[in-house]
Amino acid sequence: MNFALSDEQEFLKEAARGALSRVNTVAAAREALDGGALPDLWPIAVEAGWPGLLVSEANGGAELSVLEAMLVFEELGRVLASVPLLGHLPASFLLDRAGAAAVVASLAAGESRAAYVPARPPTDLADGWTVDPSIGLTRASAPAFAGGRVHGTVAWVPDAPGAEHLVVVVDDGRAVHVQGEDASVQAATLYDETRALGHITFDGAPATLLALAPGDTAAAWYIGQALLGAEAVGAIDVALAASVAYAKERHTFGRAIGSYQAVKHELVEMLRGLDNSRSLMYYAGWAAQDKPDEFPLAASAFRLAAGKAFDHAARAQISVHGGIGATWEHDAPLYFRRAQLSRRLLGGTAGAADRVAGELLTAARQAA
Amino acid sequence: MDLNDTPELAEYRIKVRAWLEEHKHAAPPSRGDDDASVAARRAWQKRLAEGGLAAVTWPAEYGGSGLGPLQQVVVNQEIGRAGVPGIFDIIGVGMLGPTLIAHGSEDQKQRLLGPMLTADEVWCQLFSEPAAGSDLAGVQTRATRQDDGSWRLSGQKVWTTNAQHAAFGLLLARTSPDLPKHKGLTMFVIPMDAAGVTVRPLRQISGEAHFNEVFFDDVHLEPGSEVGPVDGGWGVGMTTLMFERVTIGLGGEGFGWRADRFAHALLADEACTRDPETRHRFGELATEFLALRFTGYRMLTSLQRGAIPGAEGALAKVTTIKAAIAAGDLICDVLGPAGLSDERFGELVSDMPGLKSAGGTEEILRNMVGERVLGLPPEPRLDKGVPFSELRAKEKALA
Repeated sequence: MNFALSDEQEFLKEAARGALSRVNTVAAAREALDGGALPDLWPIAVEAGWPGLLVSEANGGAELSVLEAMLVFEELGRVLASVPLLGHLPASFLLDRAGAAAVVASLAAGESRAAYVPARPPTDLADGWTVDPSIGLTRASAPAFAGGRVHGTVAWVPDAPGAEHLVVVVDDGRAVHVQGEDASVQAATLYDETRALGHITFDGAPATLLALAPGDTAAAWYIGQALLGAEAVGAIDVALAASVAYAKERHTFGRAIGSYQAVKHELVEMLRGLDNSRSLMYYAGWAAQDKPDEFPLAASAFRLAAGKAFDHAARAQISVHGGIGATWEHDAPLYFRRAQLSRRLLGGTAGAADRVAGELLTAARQAA
Repeated sequence: MDLNDTPELAEYRIKVRAWLEEHKHAAPPSRGDDDASVAARRAWQKRLAEGGLAAVTWPAEYGGSGLGPLQQVVVNQEIGRAGVPGIFDIIGVGMLGPTLIAHGSEDQKQRLLGPMLTADEVWCQLFSEPAAGSDLAGVQTRATRQDDGSWRLSGQKVWTTNAQHAAFGLLLARTSPDLPKHKGLTMFVIPMDAAGVTVRPLRQISGEAHFNEVFFDDVHLEPGSEVGPVDGGWGVGMTTLMFERVTIGLGGEGFGWRADRFAHALLADEACTRDPETRHRFGELATEFLALRFTGYRMLTSLQRGAIPGAEGALAKVTTIKAAIAAGDLICDVLGPAGLSDERFGELVSDMPGLKSAGGTEEILRNMVGERVLGLPPEPRLDKGVPFSELRAKEKALA
């Protein structure tokens, strides 16, 4: 038994951190709120081979696992880097599984970009593949595919604006490939400028059915959950380190505020959330590879734990820093914005909690 | 990342499974505090010891198997799988034995460890006192050295599990009141049948008496009863507490606190399994139990690589208790009032408020993690460097 990262995995993280350190992405995130242009990090991603992380070697990718993808996302999350991989990785995973070699080779090389148009798999209570609505909580049916064409709308699609390829999960759980130019993509980025989002309308867009194995489109959903969780883990780590450093140096009533239990216990709660999330991140990575039946449970539990812990950490960072933490003078609001938006995307952390319950209850019913 | 057994570990698992298969007909029920049940569970521990399954990580020279934490986990898993109880004296074999192995004299190890392992002699831990819990170094039980090297002991201990069954206790006492409080303590082995020892049960919320108060009235201790150096008891006690936190923090699955088991309990009312609030609460608490399981694997990996269990075990304990409280709460909300007297889950509700303080209160554990892991400054202290004998006067003056 060995439940730690390998030397190669540690190296992958270090290399990612090094590559991202060439650009001040956090400053860019702040400037973007005022309309500044975000730096183009795609060349860095291409140089590091990230676009082809989940693509098989035969198709020009690195053929790494979900765990490695999460490790890269942890580093992206640390510095709020805006790289359109949340859409690209699940999409390239599906195209690769479908054997769409020509497209995938271009995606793996980073010559073109794909976005995954997500649909949530059925639960133990709800049949059907559903998508996030543009407003409210009532989930809509995923787009329909018939006669080689797709009809329907999907809101809040990560990295949709500018994607040349769209991989659309349709209402029967299959997936189709649509050219980006054949769909109407309305930019929907808001609140966190580093997170590109789009609302997509398919009005009879020509589509090619992907030849996938059962479970592949569900796996893409859970890869998305896992990547969002990993991004949160990186962000919590940074928020905790900044908060601890400040609590050691800031003095009130003649002593460092980190010596007060009220502050100390809050910081330990951040650490507890981080540590539990990291354990579940490894669980999700291990399950994706060695126990696919448990991947839905593991990825959902991870996404829930990390999303909640990030929400807590983003708030705690602001409290520990006092008033300044709630202003644009500090980085804390940027992490807070990231946390608030992320926990509501891709079915939300609440949806992940329901999934954890559903998976465990289903197993219990089967065992009973 | 790999959770599979290595070939050697798989072979060990087969041996353990075969032994349990052959002997499980002799296993008693896991529960029950009456004398007959306790006797049966002690006899079962003896069998486990004979099979090499009681003290997997103890060195072979003291009757253990001399194996690592992974083999211990295999044994725990297989015992769970076989549906039989584990050892009776978890406190002795899991915490006090390892303390004696680390700090005891060779004579003590030779005399005491064998019968501890077979449960012929049960042990109890005599650390906490009515006025010394979180601030354990404030113990007032006093041991005074006599001219012949023996000791006279007077004072009171509390929260002592298994004192009523114990042949021996490991006891922390003050030996030098004129030193600052952490420095004047010594650890002792005390025979519980010594004249002047009185054990009185304390009943808990559930109505059961899992622990006791223990009184010492001028008890005589033989020379050589000390464990580790005189006035060096604090360091010895820290060894025990480290093992205690790991046992509670990572032992939850052994108590049956597992997401899958709680899911099964919710099926008692199928409609509840479709109620969004129930599902949300369950999803959240189940996630904490899953996190604990995989935190356990991470800790095992580092133990196996030679690390010493550190403050991380304390966080696992905090999560365990939080999640178990949430689970008891939810199950009783689903079962209704009947849940409170449910054989499987009633005690889960009643035991948690007390367990929250056992092995270090949540507040003290958070202090410890904040200071040792995050490197935060400690609370200012008024007792640093002050001789213990002057502390009371100082406290009164401040009040």
